[in-house]
Amino acid sequence: MGVKPVLSALKYFFYRILTLAITLIGLVTLIFILIRSIPGDPARVLAGMMASEEDVNLIREQLGLNQPIYVQYFIYLKNLFTLNLGVSFRTDSPVISEILARLPNTLILAVTSTCLAVALGVPLGILAASKKGGKLDLFLSSLSIAGISLPIYWLGLILILIFSVELRILPAGGSGTPMHLILPTVTIALYLMAFIVKITKASVVDSMEKNYVITAKSKGLSERTILYKHVLRNALIPVVTIVGLQFGALLGGAVITETIFAWPGLGRLIVDSINSRDYPMVQGSIFIFALLYALVNLATDLLYTFIDPRVRLK
Amino acid sequence: MMEKYKQLFKSTRVQLCLSIILLFIFMALLADIIAPYDPIEIDLSKSCNPPSKDHLLGTDELGRDILSRIIYGSRLTITISFVATALGATAGIFFGVISGYFGGIVDTIIQRITEILLALPGFLLAIMFVAIMGSNLWTVIVSVSISMTPSFIRMVRGLALQVRELEYVLAAKQLGANSIKIMFRHVIPNISPTIIAQVTLNLGTSILFASGLGFLGIGVPPPAPEWGTMLGTGRAYIFYAPHLIIFPGLSVFLLVLSFNIIGDKLGEIIASK
Repeated sequence: MGVKPVLSALKYFFYRILTLAITLIGLVTLIFILIRSIPGDPARVLAGMMASEEDVNLIREQLGLNQPIYVQYFIYLKNLFTLNLGVSFRTDSPVISEILARLPNTLILAVTSTCLAVALGVPLGILAASKKGGKLDLFLSSLSIAGISLPIYWLGLILILIFSVELRILPAGGSGTPMHLILPTVTIALYLMAFIVKITKASVVDSMEKNYVITAKSKGLSERTILYKHVLRNALIPVVTIVGLQFGALLGGAVITETIFAWPGLGRLIVDSINSRDYPMVQGSIFIFALLYALVNLATDLLYTFIDPRVRLK
Repeated sequence: MMEKYKQLFKSTRVQLCLSIILLFIFMALLADIIAPYDPIEIDLSKSCNPPSKDHLLGTDELGRDILSRIIYGSRLTITISFVATALGATAGIFFGVISGYFGGIVDTIIQRITEILLALPGFLLAIMFVAIMGSNLWTVIVSVSISMTPSFIRMVRGLALQVRELEYVLAAKQLGANSIKIMFRHVIPNISPTIIAQVTLNLGTSILFASGLGFLGIGVPPPAPEWGTMLGTGRAYIFYAPHLIIFPGLSVFLLVLSFNIIGDKLGEIIASK
């Protein structure tokens, strides 16, 4: 033990940051190429047929469309790099300030639903694994596959139908009080939970077949002791990664859930912006979504190497 | 080997799921004959009628028969799901096999592009493409297929890497068989069961993506009876006409569930090798 492991961890960290930056530049380059490859005047296409001449000129100016293409590209990259994401067509305010105002709402929803999904999903997954092949396992596995197949927009509407229309105990949409957070959280959490139950179960079952479990059994330890003392520690490591990876599905789910419940987050912002052809806002939100996704993946990766000492850093 | 796959069709659950899928395909093919009403003809005097003898699933906000819209909608859903998955899987297999089998600079280039596409979660990638290209049936199909391609490339590449090192493939190489022959004769057949399981799951996911776009109002545009689009416009009437959202959503759920159960079972059978 000494300076070496710390150094290699730092090296790995910088390597990851570098690849992350390259990937993001790749993504925004792809967006740049796609927009320029639409036939016709890009400014007119982006603004839509109904846009005023003023808006079209604004886009032309923002994109620097009268400059050579490589100059346009570097202006574009420089602006993104400095988080200068342009000005919204709809509200005339800077895109970045609108996004930052919405971001906390999406993050709150992400945190509450992930916590709920993990708190319910992990124990249920372990339960299914410990009764493998039994009725309870069959029931939980069926529930999990049904959850994965459930369209999240339908799930949200059904919850509104039950709790807002019939029982009248929860608001159907909006924000402001903790009550408004319940239905959107439950919608995303149920969907995430279905994945977590499935993966936890698979991971626990997998670990139960490992050599050290056979050794423990031959020592005469009870199934319970083996499960709680030996298996879980190993089995839950992949679950951490999967929860991190599911953050992508969570962001996709947030776009839909925020739209259903009129929750003022980043997801609803992007949908509203697409529908009103607010191009700088769409592009800015996509960029921030990708940044967020990359950062969570990076954090998951680092957490993984931290909790599992067997993983060696490259 | 084939014996093992026969057990797939012996499962009652799988039989039930296959019947549901066939029912929807049947509805899609025969929509003109079996649909009781025109799916887009507006009759405002019948707006939001609950299910009755004349309209088994009720009528929507513009007085259109919901059953007929679901029957015609299955045409869109089945088309999107099969075409998008076929496109995404073909591209995924093509680039994945090349990447995994040849390695080197080709592999590096394909992997970098894959990473870029994976920088956004699948559904957001589809949203991005639709936002740029506009919304119609074809842009939805292309967006959904692009959104599933990168993870397909990843999976196929991993499989191809394993197969490349198998003894009989190495032997075929030693004997002087050319790469294309090895690829079609040995690599692709060897990895096909896993690919088929993945394709089955993707058929379900593509439906969720396409109707999700429809729900957000950026999928197949109205008046087309796309199930997600129906849910998106129907939700405004949730307080007094819940039948508008119950049946289209149920159709999406049943179809996706059927594909997922079959895909899961296939995966189980492959893993039991």
